[in-house]
Amino acid sequence: MSLLQMENISKTYSGNQVLKSVTLNIKAGEIHGLLGENGAGKSTLMNILFGMPVIHSTGGFEGNMTFDGKPYLPKTPMDAMKMGIGMVHQEFMLIPGFTITENIKLNRENTKDTFLSKIIGPKLEKLDLPKMKEESKEALNKLNMTVDEYLPVAGLPVGYMQFIEIAREIDKTNLKLLILDEPTAVLTESEAAQFLEVIKNLSNMGIAILFITHRLDEIKQVTDSITVLRDGSLVKSIETKNVDIVEMARLMVGREISFETSNKKEIDLDEKPFLELKDLYVNMPGEKVKGVNLKIQKGEILGLGGLAGQGKIGISNGIMGLYPTQGTILKDGKEMPLNNPREMLNNSIAFLSEDRKGVGLLLDEPIDFNIAYTSIEIQEKFIKNIGPLKIVNGKEIKSHANKMIEDLDIRCTGSNQYTRFLSGGNQQKVCIARALTLNPEILLVSEPTRGIDIGAKKLVLDTLVKLNKELNMTIIITSSELAELRQISDRIAIITEGKVQSILPPDASDEAFGLAMAGKDISEVVD
Amino acid sequence: MMVPIVFLVLCLGGFFLSGLPVNFLFNEMVFRLSRNLILVLSLIIPVISGMGLNFGIVLGAMAGQIGLIIIMNYNIGGIGGLFLALLLSTPVAIFFGYLVGKVLNKAKGKEMITSMILGFFANGIYQLVFIVLAGRIIPFSNPNMLMSTGTGLRNTIDLNIVRKSFDGFIFSGITSYPIFTFIITILLFVGLYFFLKTKLGQEMRAVGQSMHIASVSGIDVDRTRIISIIISTVLAAWGQIIYLQNMGTLNTYNNHEQVGLFAVASLLIGGASVDKASWKEAFIGTFLFHLLFIISPLAGQNLMGNAQIGEYFRVFIAYGVIGVALLLHAWEKNKAITQLSDI
Repeated sequence: MSLLQMENISKTYSGNQVLKSVTLNIKAGEIHGLLGENGAGKSTLMNILFGMPVIHSTGGFEGNMTFDGKPYLPKTPMDAMKMGIGMVHQEFMLIPGFTITENIKLNRENTKDTFLSKIIGPKLEKLDLPKMKEESKEALNKLNMTVDEYLPVAGLPVGYMQFIEIAREIDKTNLKLLILDEPTAVLTESEAAQFLEVIKNLSNMGIAILFITHRLDEIKQVTDSITVLRDGSLVKSIETKNVDIVEMARLMVGREISFETSNKKEIDLDEKPFLELKDLYVNMPGEKVKGVNLKIQKGEILGLGGLAGQGKIGISNGIMGLYPTQGTILKDGKEMPLNNPREMLNNSIAFLSEDRKGVGLLLDEPIDFNIAYTSIEIQEKFIKNIGPLKIVNGKEIKSHANKMIEDLDIRCTGSNQYTRFLSGGNQQKVCIARALTLNPEILLVSEPTRGIDIGAKKLVLDTLVKLNKELNMTIIITSSELAELRQISDRIAIITEGKVQSILPPDASDEAFGLAMAGKDISEVVD
Repeated sequence: MMVPIVFLVLCLGGFFLSGLPVNFLFNEMVFRLSRNLILVLSLIIPVISGMGLNFGIVLGAMAGQIGLIIIMNYNIGGIGGLFLALLLSTPVAIFFGYLVGKVLNKAKGKEMITSMILGFFANGIYQLVFIVLAGRIIPFSNPNMLMSTGTGLRNTIDLNIVRKSFDGFIFSGITSYPIFTFIITILLFVGLYFFLKTKLGQEMRAVGQSMHIASVSGIDVDRTRIISIIISTVLAAWGQIIYLQNMGTLNTYNNHEQVGLFAVASLLIGGASVDKASWKEAFIGTFLFHLLFIISPLAGQNLMGNAQIGEYFRVFIAYGVIGVALLLHAWEKNKAITQLSDI
């Protein structure tokens, strides 16, 4: 009998359907793997299951859930916890300054009556520390952890923190289902092995586990069955023993892609690279780059792909010097200064940030000034000298902006409209116009189609291809959408755990991409 | 630990320069500690709940003064009057604390500057009430409190009927030291110690460390923060009443103004920071800050031939120590963000 049944779950975020009639069944005590790319709908499904407020503040969802034989409709995480569902989040939910005991017992502390608590209420009950310690110890023992429960969490190895999170969940006496969201992403290999052992033990204790990860070999190793999601739809639910890793990768990535291979240029890798990254480290929170080596040829479009959090976004940000960076960047054989955005602009490298509203645009300035300001600052374009004074030439800016609006088809009420009031696609075009005004040799583009509707997406991508063809501009495009990288890039580098996993041609097989994103080379799996 | 040591050295140096007799110093310190400890204590809980240094205790001080103004108006003196003032000020302080808490919940991450500006803003309303409305719309039965025009409270109100009534309660026959005040202060410090070991205290510590994790664990973050500010404001109201009964006069429009600044400086000199404070820091800091207060004018006089120098020096210290503490805090936060080595 199923412990959890989710039937025909659909969810729409402001007109955008992210889950289409997904069904998920989990049996009591089994380990169930949930697979999918970024944006496949895994997180949304988990948010629904765990009753996260974001679901209900955006209009709820459609479909039925049954848990443990009863209809189940959680409004808050507390409802989910009461039913016996626990979740270990991707980022740690541990308070660094608290001891292990305090963290395991957070908001579920054992307490004793006091004189005041009888008058004022249970909030003034005294903490029963010995009892708390004893029970924490018990939970840790179940995980074969021998760590002193009175140590503060800060300073412990990350592997331990993961176990403490799980200890907190199994300390909840009624735990029936434990959701683990990318639990092994932060663990070393030996820690991960120990971790998988623990999961098996828990499953033997009768606790069902829903295991979300992109490490396919782990899925293969521990799960009893898997469910694969792609683009918000259910691809397949299958028992693990009937499927191999290559097949999993294909299910995860596979889709019909219509791209014209005739567009692609042959890249001569023997030529001297135009831009070269040697051992690049970037400390961008959540997207750390840990030693990337890449050679980019003049006139190519290089795609940077990979799953979120693996570091692909950090590369362009690091090249521009927006986050602390180490390593060597050579352009045309010349070493570039690091951590200096201005020098990079001076060296004819322009950047379209993934943070369009934060970094890309001055939201409370009109379109024409947004297009011109970097050029004014860096190249002293649009400036006339009157004696010792430098005056911005408004007329010239306006006529230039109008030309750009026409060329790029920016839909607006005029060049004096504030960029805040433009749609996402048109805002992106303003960013492109600004980069074009600089007339750069290298254009770094980060997530150019995020939050943009399909029609505008095509326009933005076409514009990039056109620039590449007509001006022979070298473009490095970072995107979470593999399909769009395959559509326009000449080569695609997949970034995993802060490093280049492999460089693939856009017409490589789905399996190859899927495995690369999971941190594997196709050759080693097939052997 | 550096800050208190530096100030201890300063105090020792100042002590020798000033040439003040130990006897005199001891007496002064006893009274100053009894006057100020509760006000400094009131800052600890907001620090633990992660709301920084609550400059909003100015509103608590106002609540305390409102309590005193009411009993002065009805001429209820003695220890009974004083307890009545404490009682009356409490609901007012709870109300003020609730409002401050509500506002600070809207300004998460900017609690300190917000609470400071709230103090200035509240001062404006306080003046409106007691300069313009008092006597005109708010009736006062005690004409001695009003200015000669019949509107507005006098600048100074003599608190003779409650003067030292709290300090001397029970023990006045035995000694002139404020024994009762010390007993109450110690009880409050002990109470704080136990409070932090309760469920609510644990929740405040959790909220102070991470609002996000606390809320995911089911703790009502906003409510916890409001309770924290209410406790702080009520303690400040009581602290201000106890301060004023010792002084014996109420400077209607000035007494509350510097309360936040001096209490914050005291706590910081004791070695506390924006996110860490305990009773030890409150006690050590209050002691050092006021010791410096007593000796610095005389030390300035003896060193430079000008008492004003010492006076400047202590004002400089009060503001300087707050500025340095805030800077250090910002630096540490920045350091945590931009280190490349921890990849």
